[in-house]
Amino acid sequence: MKSVAGRRAVNHVMTALCALALLLALVPLVSLLWLVISRGIAGLSLDFFTAIPAPVGEEGGGVGNAILGTLYIVGIACLIGVPLGVGAGVYLAERGDSRLGDAIRFTAEVLSGVPSIVVGIVAYGLVVLPMRRFSALAGGVALSVLMVPTLARSTEELVRLVPHSLREASLALGVKQWRTSLKVVLRTALGGIMTAILLAVARASGETAPLLFTSLNNQFWNWRADQPTASLTVQIFNYAVAPYNDWHEKAWSAALVLLILVGSLSLAGRLLSRNRLR
Amino acid sequence: MKPTILVAGLALSLAGAASADKLLINGAGATFPFPIYSKWFSEYNKLHPDIQINYQSIGSGGGIKQITERTVDFGASDAPLSDEQLQKAAGLQHIPTVMGAVVIVWNLPEVKELRILPQTLADIYLGKITRWNDPALARENPHVKLPDAAITVAHRSDGSGTTNIFTDYLSKVSPEWKAGPGRGTSVNWPVGLGGKGNEGVTGVVKQSEGSIGYVELAYANQNKLPTAELKNHDGHWVKATLAGVSAAAAKMPMPDDYRVSITDQPGADAYPIAAFTYLLVYRDQQDTAKGDALLKFIWWAEHQGQKDAAGLDYAPLPASVVHKVEQTLKGMTVNGKPVLASSR
Amino acid sequence: MESPSSLPAGDLAVAREPERAPESAPAHGNVPDRAWAVLLTVLGVGVLCVAALIVSELWRIGGPAIAHAGLKDFVTRSTWDPTRDLFGAAPYIYGTLVTSAVALVIALPVSLGLALFLTEMAPAAVRSIVSFPIALLAGIPSVVYGLWGLFVLVPVLRKDVEPLLGKTLGFLPLFQGAPIGLGYLAAGVILAIMILPTITSISIEVLQTVPGPLREAALALGATRWEAIRLSVLPYARAGIVGATMLGLGRALGETMAVTMVIGNSPTIRASLFAPGYSLPAVIANEFAEASGELHTGALAALGLLLFAVTVLLNIVARLLVRMSRRGPARVRA
Repeated sequence: MKSVAGRRAVNHVMTALCALALLLALVPLVSLLWLVISRGIAGLSLDFFTAIPAPVGEEGGGVGNAILGTLYIVGIACLIGVPLGVGAGVYLAERGDSRLGDAIRFTAEVLSGVPSIVVGIVAYGLVVLPMRRFSALAGGVALSVLMVPTLARSTEELVRLVPHSLREASLALGVKQWRTSLKVVLRTALGGIMTAILLAVARASGETAPLLFTSLNNQFWNWRADQPTASLTVQIFNYAVAPYNDWHEKAWSAALVLLILVGSLSLAGRLLSRNRLR
Repeated sequence: MKPTILVAGLALSLAGAASADKLLINGAGATFPFPIYSKWFSEYNKLHPDIQINYQSIGSGGGIKQITERTVDFGASDAPLSDEQLQKAAGLQHIPTVMGAVVIVWNLPEVKELRILPQTLADIYLGKITRWNDPALARENPHVKLPDAAITVAHRSDGSGTTNIFTDYLSKVSPEWKAGPGRGTSVNWPVGLGGKGNEGVTGVVKQSEGSIGYVELAYANQNKLPTAELKNHDGHWVKATLAGVSAAAAKMPMPDDYRVSITDQPGADAYPIAAFTYLLVYRDQQDTAKGDALLKFIWWAEHQGQKDAAGLDYAPLPASVVHKVEQTLKGMTVNGKPVLASSR
Repeated sequence: MESPSSLPAGDLAVAREPERAPESAPAHGNVPDRAWAVLLTVLGVGVLCVAALIVSELWRIGGPAIAHAGLKDFVTRSTWDPTRDLFGAAPYIYGTLVTSAVALVIALPVSLGLALFLTEMAPAAVRSIVSFPIALLAGIPSVVYGLWGLFVLVPVLRKDVEPLLGKTLGFLPLFQGAPIGLGYLAAGVILAIMILPTITSISIEVLQTVPGPLREAALALGATRWEAIRLSVLPYARAGIVGATMLGLGRALGETMAVTMVIGNSPTIRASLFAPGYSLPAVIANEFAEASGELHTGALAALGLLLFAVTVLLNIVARLLVRMSRRGPARVRA
């Protein structure tokens, strides 16, 4: 391939192929979003958001309890996962330059790749079996394990970004170590940490597999942490694999609601970080 | 921000406490009776708003497992427990609720009627008959134009009482099946796609042209799928009807523990793949409130609930069985005390 | 200062080389500071505890099943019959490998092409615009992908794609058999779409670390843009791109819902991509809630342990590769 024209042709072809890659990547996205919106929007009604599912064969019903259930389970996950994840991140940033710190950092990185269904098995053994029941708590525990690694790594990075001068100034003024960490360093990094939390929550809200045998599902409203609880994701799965056409329509609508939920959380996270670092 | 979170959290937990007077009973199991159970639980909740019965249809296998491990308050299964399984769940009682039929459904747009011999059915599921226009099928369906297309077999991917009923029938009519995959809630399928629950198999059949599957009658009717005619024990071609299901149970004496198989029964109208479906409840209930409510619900289901059966394509229990169940229920206790002794 | 738009997000983040903080002052004798230090240490160690719990729980539930069958048999036998206590994981391992392979074959060229396009060929504005849809793709929940796959992809495969492949490439055992839509191919395609954002964004990061002078030197010598990429950028970034691919692979191996909904749930080993199959996560999802008996539950947990071990290993190697490629060619073997 020595001729200049030939080489230029190859160049153009490769450029075109790479541009094609862009199109190929966008096609499924556009198709998916288009379908979820167009097929899901018809089913959205006040009833859909506030009612519980109707029995087989009956019209109406909604995913109100599933929406609440997702928020509830994810809320429990945050209660466990946020202190653990953010705390570990702060540890790594402030006291983590040691062998222990390296081990923790390495573990967090490795944990972030664990398949979510495996985490579900662990939560089943640790929570469902001893408690003798499926529960929102078990679901929350499973999801928290998924949140911890990314929160730890993000927090560590964000805290390390806080200028040392800030910390030193605070210490020089006589503020105690712990107060400096909490009120000066963490507060400065707070925006970024909030972003990381929101993104972790968005991801947790979209999980299905770990909930299948931890929080199971529930036809009714549930406020108790020790009972099975409905969730949007499990409900979508149940609707999708059912043979009833009207349940399929409900699946699309519920998927739309889920995408709106996950999307708003992610968007809020990114906007927050953009504003904060002005 | 922090105070608002605190207030919200407080409100939520207060709401939780307030709704704590609702009794939540959890059950899981068979998908076979799910349509009628979901109707029953909804109706019962309307009659008794403070009692919520949450049922998850995860398959008979799941129902048996969860009630054995006591992670639910009651289980449901179309497959009666084996002696071995009962050993692990000491004190568990089978309570028949309704009867249903397992039907054969298929997806061939031009074919609305189909007759399948027992041996042919077994051979399809064994993978020996792979095309719709196979002579074995064509012979019994001379007036039907069967296409030259591959048969896609659909079966259950989860532990299923429906599978148990279906394979029980196949084992009775095909020695090869009996020696091979045999009978069980979960077998080694030689061929086919797996669907989760009756819902899953119905879904697979609806979506895949050329497929065949076995599902409970209610699922076939709700999805407007045609059902096959089968040759019963007496040699008559029958379609699944509620009368046929009842006829299957007519001659079989009901044992005391209710574990019985009514597939391939004699009787001119008997439908060959019929079965009882059961609730699985411990004979002595340990939670006072839940046990009391649960037993009362079952009493209601055995009497008032039976009138919902026909409308949803299930056959109500024969009077003799209801009578027997009444005696069983009266003998069941909550913390040692019988609660239904005086019920009529 | 790092720009906020490149803030780490979820599992697309790869830790940058952490800045060494100045010696943090050891806690002096005062109680609150010591308590703070202890609290942080406890939380940090908590992460280790979580990892330990995962491994110990999986081993506790799954160990007996592996012991019962023997590891070699467990992994190579292909009969999975819970009623007879026969547990062979081969069909699930096969299905997981095949679907992941299909996913990589589709996703790698597309991701790489996309990453190259965005970093080398398109103006910077395009990159920041396109990063939004890519992040969107990454954030869509698995069950929604499954929904789309079940009602959109599967019918298209069944009616158009698979018959076409069967007609043109049907001499290969890969493309033989009746097209039903559900099966290895459907799962592979969905996985490809799902791992695309992962491979793309990490590849972009890796490509961005290629020093400008390297590229410019090639161009100065008269290479076309593509030749510059091929001769100087790609070799430099090769390790990192392999790492990105391995991270994508790790994600594909563990993907559950989307695969469960389109793979056909058939525990068999078949050569054709049109055939229905099963994967490790899918069988766990379908059977775990109702596994009857400790051996069955244990066998499923053992599958989970297997999955865990493989993904962890992949993860470690992948991140090492990505980190190595960042540090420069001196550390990267040509």
